[in-house]
Amino acid sequence: MITFENISKAFGKLQVLNGINLRFNRGEAVAIVGPNGSGKTTLLKILLGMVLPDEGRLLMNDEDVSKTSDYRSQIGYMPQISKFPSNLRISQLFDMMKEIRQANGQYDLDLYEAFELETIKDKYLSSLSGGTKQKVAAALAFYFNPPVLVLDEPTAGLDPLACEILKNKIRLENTKGKLLLITSHILSDLEELTERLVYLQDGRVHVDRSITDLKADYGQNNLSRVIAILMKKKEMTSSDILQVA
Amino acid sequence: MIKILKYILIDILKNRFVIGYTVLLAILSWAFFGFEINPEKAVLSLLSLNLIVVPLVCLVFPTIYLYNATEFTELLATQPIGRRSIFLSQYLGIALSMILAFLIGVGLPVMAYGGGEAGLRLILTGTLLSLVFVSLSFLAVMLTADKAKGIGITLALWFFFALLYDGLVLLIYLIFSDYPLDFATMGFAFLNPIDLARILVLVEMDVSAILGLTGALFKDFFGSTYGLFFALVALLLWFIWPVLAALKIFIRKDL
Repeated sequence: MITFENISKAFGKLQVLNGINLRFNRGEAVAIVGPNGSGKTTLLKILLGMVLPDEGRLLMNDEDVSKTSDYRSQIGYMPQISKFPSNLRISQLFDMMKEIRQANGQYDLDLYEAFELETIKDKYLSSLSGGTKQKVAAALAFYFNPPVLVLDEPTAGLDPLACEILKNKIRLENTKGKLLLITSHILSDLEELTERLVYLQDGRVHVDRSITDLKADYGQNNLSRVIAILMKKKEMTSSDILQVA
Repeated sequence: MIKILKYILIDILKNRFVIGYTVLLAILSWAFFGFEINPEKAVLSLLSLNLIVVPLVCLVFPTIYLYNATEFTELLATQPIGRRSIFLSQYLGIALSMILAFLIGVGLPVMAYGGGEAGLRLILTGTLLSLVFVSLSFLAVMLTADKAKGIGITLALWFFFALLYDGLVLLIYLIFSDYPLDFATMGFAFLNPIDLARILVLVEMDVSAILGLTGALFKDFFGSTYGLFFALVALLLWFIWPVLAALKIFIRKDL
């Protein structure tokens, strides 16, 4: 469904992504993991059109969409931190998104209702707490029934109840055949929600496997242990290189 | 193409800073006209005010607004909408708000008290100056991702155009005082939108009589239809080139 073809990106002299090749299919739930600065945010930003790659192509349904914007109607995105125009009301934000997306009236109101946004729809966005803003962002991401969901630290800032509601919704949409791309540092969430793990480091894909296989390979029943081993392994190899040098 | 313009306008017109700017302009305008029996004198006082306040506000407010809207601009960029639409909506949203504030704050009182031809020119140049400096602030924001630096650049721009530039021109007169500089002066005026605006209004007033030979030359040129035409084209260019440059940067920018 989504293909990154030989994607590279540098910010000045810093090579953030280095020839990334990845393919994500309908119905998959993928965790994108990596240490800070490994390029996972940049990878998602390229998918979302926020960052333009230096090299390579982004394909959606085998069509090159690198220089277009319409394909983004297929994507629902929930950012890690949301900041909306201060003097708009919640209802106006949704109205605006409806106009941008030229939606046909087939809205997914599950989260909108579960988070009881209808009761506060006349509130100004600037008056909302951080958690409520995240609820609005989550409801917006799912609202237009997009076949692809990109969630950046989706549970950060949500209270435990809202967290559970969101996770249940994520699982439900996945079983309906939607593609999920999730980054999170909360590994237990990833373990619950995803079955494929893409581990990025220094702008390259180091591991791309099913979580069940990974756990079996490393003889661990806990994803965080596996990640810890992956990170340590990388540190060892880089110190080895230093010793050789 | 500009579906989001409506919502950006709603957001900005409710902004306290914009409301405050409108009220400030309105109070000062009514006060000037109230205290002066001769409306032309009031227009002259308003002119000095406009040439300082309008550029400053039109530089600083858009800069702060755009930096505060960074996350929202990012969210818009992830939607099925082109960068050009996002940019134009934000530009028009801010520029129209600034112009509206100016027209309510200065335009209405000038019309109500009968500012005459000079008053009309004051309104026209104030509107164009708003556009020019909103454009320059967009360019400044596109040039740096750092909020403090961006505001620094816009303040430096204001300082240069509103204060420093005239000083530099005077310095040139001093150095080359042995040469006739009347036509050069005309050229210098075109390089600063604030000077253009000032001259366009001043030549319509009796005070231009005290400006000497250069003043007479100015009156001859800028007072005429084709002089007015050239000056307006120059002001239009002054707002078009920064906005096109900013748009070009924004389309290729990593958010």
